[in-house]
Amino acid sequence: MIHQKRKIAIMAAIMSVIGATISFAGNIVIKGSTTVLPIAQKVSEEYMKLYPEVKISLSGGGSGNGMKAIIDGSTDIANSSRFIKDSEVKLALEKGRYPVPFAVAYDCIVPVVHPSNPVKDLTLSQLKAIYKGEVTNWSQVGGGDLKIVVISRDTSSGTYEVWEEKVMSKENVYPGALLQASNGAVHQAVSKNKNAIGYIGLGYLDASVKALTVGNVQGTPESTLDGSFPISRPLYMFTEKWPAGDVANFLNFIIHPEKGQKMIKEIGFVPLY
Amino acid sequence: MIHSFTKFKEKLMNYFFLLVATTSISILAMITLFLFKEGLPIFEKVGIKAFIFGNYWYPTADPAHFGIFPLIIGSVSVTLISALISIPLGVMTAIYLSEIASSRLREIVKPVVELLASLPSVVIGFFGMVIVAPFLQDHFNIATGLNMFNAAIMLAFMSIPTICTISEDALYSVPASLKEASLALGATSFETIVKVTLPAALSGISTAIILGLSRAIGETMVVLMVAGGAAMVPGSIFDPVRPLPGSIAAEMAEAPYRGDHYYALFAIGIVLFIFTFCFNIIADYLSNKYRQTGDATL
Repeated sequence: MIHQKRKIAIMAAIMSVIGATISFAGNIVIKGSTTVLPIAQKVSEEYMKLYPEVKISLSGGGSGNGMKAIIDGSTDIANSSRFIKDSEVKLALEKGRYPVPFAVAYDCIVPVVHPSNPVKDLTLSQLKAIYKGEVTNWSQVGGGDLKIVVISRDTSSGTYEVWEEKVMSKENVYPGALLQASNGAVHQAVSKNKNAIGYIGLGYLDASVKALTVGNVQGTPESTLDGSFPISRPLYMFTEKWPAGDVANFLNFIIHPEKGQKMIKEIGFVPLY
Repeated sequence: MIHSFTKFKEKLMNYFFLLVATTSISILAMITLFLFKEGLPIFEKVGIKAFIFGNYWYPTADPAHFGIFPLIIGSVSVTLISALISIPLGVMTAIYLSEIASSRLREIVKPVVELLASLPSVVIGFFGMVIVAPFLQDHFNIATGLNMFNAAIMLAFMSIPTICTISEDALYSVPASLKEASLALGATSFETIVKVTLPAALSGISTAIILGLSRAIGETMVVLMVAGGAAMVPGSIFDPVRPLPGSIAAEMAEAPYRGDHYYALFAIGIVLFIFTFCFNIIADYLSNKYRQTGDATL
């Protein structure tokens, strides 16, 4: 019996050593949108290389959670793939906080097909009908007599979020759509299948897939910035007050054309300028 | 003095091995506990029946739908089709290696088959995506090569080494006296294999098959890459499907921590856990039931 207890005690001691977590003292806390997460991640890594004394703690959770964190003061920066809502502004003001938005990048999603596909342009409503499974043959939208293979992204990705919002007007993509887990995988699947249609971030376009124009507007950094390309949106970082110190420094870094904005372009988003 | 030191050393070794043995068990227990702790809360929002038999998987829609029936069907059907490919190939290769092949050939072929097991699953998945999928599209005139059939072939690649190696060991360990007796009675070597060696090795072969299948049902990367990922009940073997592990892998990274989606993905993990757990229990049961305990029991 005593032996048994001792064994358990030894086990417990070992477990507690293993379980002891590494504490992470963060000077800058960033929370929120998973769409902005790759941007924040990349820029934070580079920033911490330059300023090793600054520790950035980064987590996702969605735009809504980021805003919540701004309101209750548990984060320095909230990532958001949408603008702040009136209700959130009101809640923040009640707590004496004044959220400040900073646009850090644009998200531009381009529909793509196989290079052999004669279709050049689809309207938003045609895209929606295709992704709802209502249009199932390319001949219905001016292509050859081929079945349409619809390729979509996993529903929790930011790319899907844009698509759902701008193309599907919040309706669900039909269950028969193929689902790929990354921009790269969609690109790969479309480039290997002449029936396929997919959508990828602007940064992933190359010659092995054919980008479609949407309502005769081509998806480019310019058409994204002037707002004429419909499947795009600005991405924000919100601070709880006018930023100062490390937070201001970090935001300057991310908005700097030669620093943060360059990295943003590298990972497939549209830089601000 | 020396005696007590030896005794102490002995005791220390005992504790050491006890610790080592219990570490893996307690880690398993903790993982299981964690899995259930993170997965069960979803059933407060969605009934178990609606979760298992629900037809729509829209975890991020508003309102969200958490029905994993198409995913379960996807997993089960992919595993079954891969079994249809991998069992005959694996078992017959094992028979050839242990009963027919010359020992020199065996020395060459067996390591090659085992090498197949060491291929990383992402490589197999990539092969399926880049080579097999376009091939299926071009030669079978189907809409997409990323489908159940492709995934089943790739999974069969992965389970053949398991099935073959374990079956081969089982066949090899059938006592030579049994085979000799059969041959001495005038049976041909084909009759000996079918009527004597195979039945004697049945428990080992069944275990091999079950372990091979449980590898197939739990495999993630391959199905994520080549199964297509459509969350619907397939109408033909050339339809895309979305097996359970693929869903977890694709969505977990971006599911809000401790949100409904997160809980639902862990609940999928529980379902998978139950599947493989059942497989292992069946394997254990079979290996005990049909165990060849001695020359006389056949």
